[in-house]
Order: sequence, then structure tokens, then C-alpha cells
Amino acid sequence: MTDALTISGLTLSHDGLRVVEDVSARFPAGQLTAIVGPNGAGKSSLLKGALGLMSADAGEVRFFGGALAEHRARVAYMPQRAAVDWDFPVRVIDVVLMGMHRQTGFWRPLAAHNRNAALTALDRVGMTDFATRQIGALSGGQQQRVFMARALAQGADLYLLDEPFAGVDAATEAAIATVLQDLRDRGAAVVAVHHDLASVAARFDRVLMLNRRVIAEGPVASSFTPETLRQAYGGALPPILAA
Amino acid sequence: MTEFLMLSLVPMLVAALAACACALPGNFLILRRQAMLGDMMAHAVLPGLVTAFLITGRVEGAAVYAGAVGAALLAAGMTETITRLARLDPGAAMGITFTTLFAAGVVLLETTGASEVHLDVEHALYGNLESLVWLEAAAGPGALTDPAAWAGLPPELPRMALILAGLALALALFRRPLVMASFDPIHAAVAGLPVRLISTGLMVATALAAVAAFAAVGSILTIAMLIVPAATARLLTDRLPRQIGLSLLLAILAGAGGVVLGGYGPLWLGLGFSVSASGMIAVLAGGMLALAAIRQGRSTPSPARPLPKTGPAPYKPPMS
Repeated sequence: MTDALTISGLTLSHDGLRVVEDVSARFPAGQLTAIVGPNGAGKSSLLKGALGLMSADAGEVRFFGGALAEHRARVAYMPQRAAVDWDFPVRVIDVVLMGMHRQTGFWRPLAAHNRNAALTALDRVGMTDFATRQIGALSGGQQQRVFMARALAQGADLYLLDEPFAGVDAATEAAIATVLQDLRDRGAAVVAVHHDLASVAARFDRVLMLNRRVIAEGPVASSFTPETLRQAYGGALPPILAA
Repeated sequence: MTEFLMLSLVPMLVAALAACACALPGNFLILRRQAMLGDMMAHAVLPGLVTAFLITGRVEGAAVYAGAVGAALLAAGMTETITRLARLDPGAAMGITFTTLFAAGVVLLETTGASEVHLDVEHALYGNLESLVWLEAAAGPGALTDPAAWAGLPPELPRMALILAGLALALALFRRPLVMASFDPIHAAVAGLPVRLISTGLMVATALAAVAAFAAVGSILTIAMLIVPAATARLLTDRLPRQIGLSLLLAILAGAGGVVLGGYGPLWLGLGFSVSASGMIAVLAGGMLALAAIRQGRSTPSPARPLPKTGPAPYKPPMS
């Protein structure tokens, strides 16, 4: 079966500095993959490079065996929450509807079923009651859930998430984790940049360990080991895992 | 009454239409934190106008707008080049670009015959609203219902209405991609929207509006029309459609009100002169912004104010 995302020999630079070097990795459908690595390891850049948001020095990226342009509808991306202006005068439901722009069209008035689909996506992250609030009036965790709902509303087969669990409250973390497992169980490929090493084993099936180059890639059991962690993090290993 | 129809009605309408045309793209400049781009467009169009005049010998018509859009694109290209080559931030690059282009426009005006005809530096700077007289209205209020008298209306009026209608139509058609690309350009790019093209489109719309306002209030005060009504409306609501509606209302108030206050305000105070309409428009718009800011300051905390980027923010139910 074709992988949802295949990266081969990807090399990326930012401001003349190599941030990702010769990375090859595959992200199969029906699997939850964590991208882990120390700060500056190029985790977010890898997602951006794969999506063409950064131009690549070398390498090839295939989505469902083809180019991204052929499969955009099947690929959902969730940027870091800090990437947008939360003071923007839109409501929660408006943001979710942005994930459905293929269905809503450019200028047609919204149909009732569009609105219902957006509300369904909000329901999956427990945010239905907030549908008509301005996004700036939400807490950080709630904002993250709205982003998640926008990705869900798209109905994609591949989800690329940049730190979905960063800086969120426990309720949000649980809500997002449930949604991700649900997506995996329905056959979607989920890829998330992840910081919290302690929860990798509980939340993910596979790991791509990165420190500019690939340190390890594969199922959590074989790739997320003290040895690979030491290689990726060096002496900077968090105490909880050093034992 | 007759004097009002002859001297004030058309300037009021033109100023209101120009202010509305500016407020439409202005709303998005505010949301994208690109107010400086509005300032750049307001100034950078001058050399385009002068060049168009030198080529066609006219200060009106499609050529002028083509010249302005050309100058706008040139300004955008210059800004990007300077940002990259001189390693400056875009704000500084815009400052360099628009002052250089505007100065080039002024020099071009002075060294060619252009300034002896319709375009002169003073009009370019301060606008020319007062010259829009409707001579046919001398016959009295009957002119309002007389199609023959309408033919004598200054051509600026239908032209401005056309620009406004065009901008409104474009906004109505492209509102969703424009909002998407403004709120979250990265997500929009991944979704396949032509984010750069959308930015360029907004810039061209800004340039067209700037030309419209330029003729009315001059380049210095065009920025007031582009930014101030939209910024004021932003303070008053957290709903984008309402913000756009309010900005249009404020634009009409400032545009039409400025002409009336400029023309008659001093007379009402017993002073025997009138003041610049364009100056009054900007003063009025600024006053509205000040009032909105004071109201905003009283009703803290409001969701319309910038919230901290991290951490939970208190929710305040919308005022009804």
C-alpha cells in the first residue's frame, strides 16, 4: 500500500543554515507518527519543507504517491497556534469553515449542511458551545481545539500537525488525543511534531527521531529507545527519560 | 440651497465615495497589519499618474488608473528587492520606496509641462475637491431631477462610483479567500490558495482606491481615508462584516461631513473664510477614531483589544 507521505533525501536551509539534512522517512496510513527531537532539530521545518512552504535544496516529497498539488484536498495541516493573529475578527465557526473552502466555494452563500458539518467538527473537539465566539476570547487550549476542528472539517486522509499538544490544558490534551486516535482508527495517517517525550509511547505508534538528520525511524518499541534518545538529545536528555 | 447644490453637493458625494472605496481595502490592510502598505500606495501612485499624463496628455480615464497600478506594482517590486538586497525590514524598505517614488513624481511634475495643466504639486498633495462644481445647478433644485443637468455633473462623480462598485464587487466575490489568506496565510497556502496573488490583488485594489482618493483629497490625506475609518470600525466590533459596514458608514460621515464642515464650519462660527475640505475630512476621521478609542478604553476588558498571545483570556459576552 502507498504511504500517505514519503520523504526522500530532503535537505532544507533557512537563512543559509542547514536545518534539515538528507532526511528520508515514510508515514503510513492508519498510523500515528510523532516527530521528536531537541530544539532546533528541524521538526517544524520538515513539515513546512514537505508542504512546500520552504523551498528544498534537495530531495523529493510524495503525497499518496504523487505531488501535493494533486492531493491537496486529502492533506490537512495545522500550524503552530502562535502562527496566527488571534485578535482577528472572526468567530470560531468561521475558522472551522475555512477548512471546508472546497465545499463552501468562493462566493456562494453558506449552505445549511456546510454549517452543520462545521458544527460536527467542533463537536468532536467539544467546542460546539463556542461556535459563535470571537476567537480572541478563547483560552490557548480552546484555540488549539478550534485549529483541530478546522483540520477535521477538511475530511483529509493525512494530518500534519505542528505541536498539537504544546501549551494546552489537560482537557484539551485529552480531547485532541482522542480525536487523533479516532482518525488513525479510520485509516488516516497522522503526523505530529511532539515535544513531550514522556507521552510518546502512550500517544503514538511510530516515531521519527530527528536531529537535523534522521536518528531513528519506525515503531515506537524499536525506535524510541534510550540509545536513540541519547543519540538525538546527547547530554540534554530530560531526567524523566535518562533513567 | 442653489449655492449648496453648485458648490458642495458634488464634493460631498465624491469625498464620500472615495472614502468608501478606500475603506474597503483599508479593512484588510488593518487586519493584515499592513497599514504602511496603504501609505506606500497613497504616495507611490503619483509618478504613475504623472507618467500616464505625459503619455496620454489627460489626467483622467483608464490610462491614469493603469499608470497608478503600474506604479503600485513597481513599488511592491522595489520594496521586495530592497528588503532582500539591503537586508532591511519591510517597513523600512517601504519607507524608502514610497518617499523615493513620490519625490520622483514631484520632480517629474515640476520638470515637465504637467504642472501647468491640471496636475500641480499642491493639488497632488492636498487634493482638489473644491474644484468640483456643478454649474447646471445654478438653475435651482430642479437640476436634481433634470437629466440634462446631470450631464453637466463633473466626470469625477461617476468615475468614483464606478471604482467603488468595482472594489465592492471584487470584495464580494473574493471575500472568503481574502479572509482565509489574511487570517492564516500558511494554512491558506497549504490549502492551495494563491496567497501571493491574493496579496497582489489587495495591493492593486489599494492602489485603485488610492488613485480615487488622490483626486479628491491628495496623497497626504489619502492614507487617512485608507486607514482611519477601518481602524475606527475595528475598535467598535469583533465581527468582520459589521466592521466593514461600520467603516463604510464612518467613511461617508467623514467624507461628506468634512466637506460641509470645511466649507461652512468657519462661517457658522462667524468667521469669514472656509478651510480645506480634505483637511477637515482627515480631522473628522481622526476625531472619530479618538472617540472610539476613548469608548474602548472605558469598557475594558473587551475582546476587541489585543489579548495576550499565550494563556487563557477572560471571556466577555458580546454586547447586545
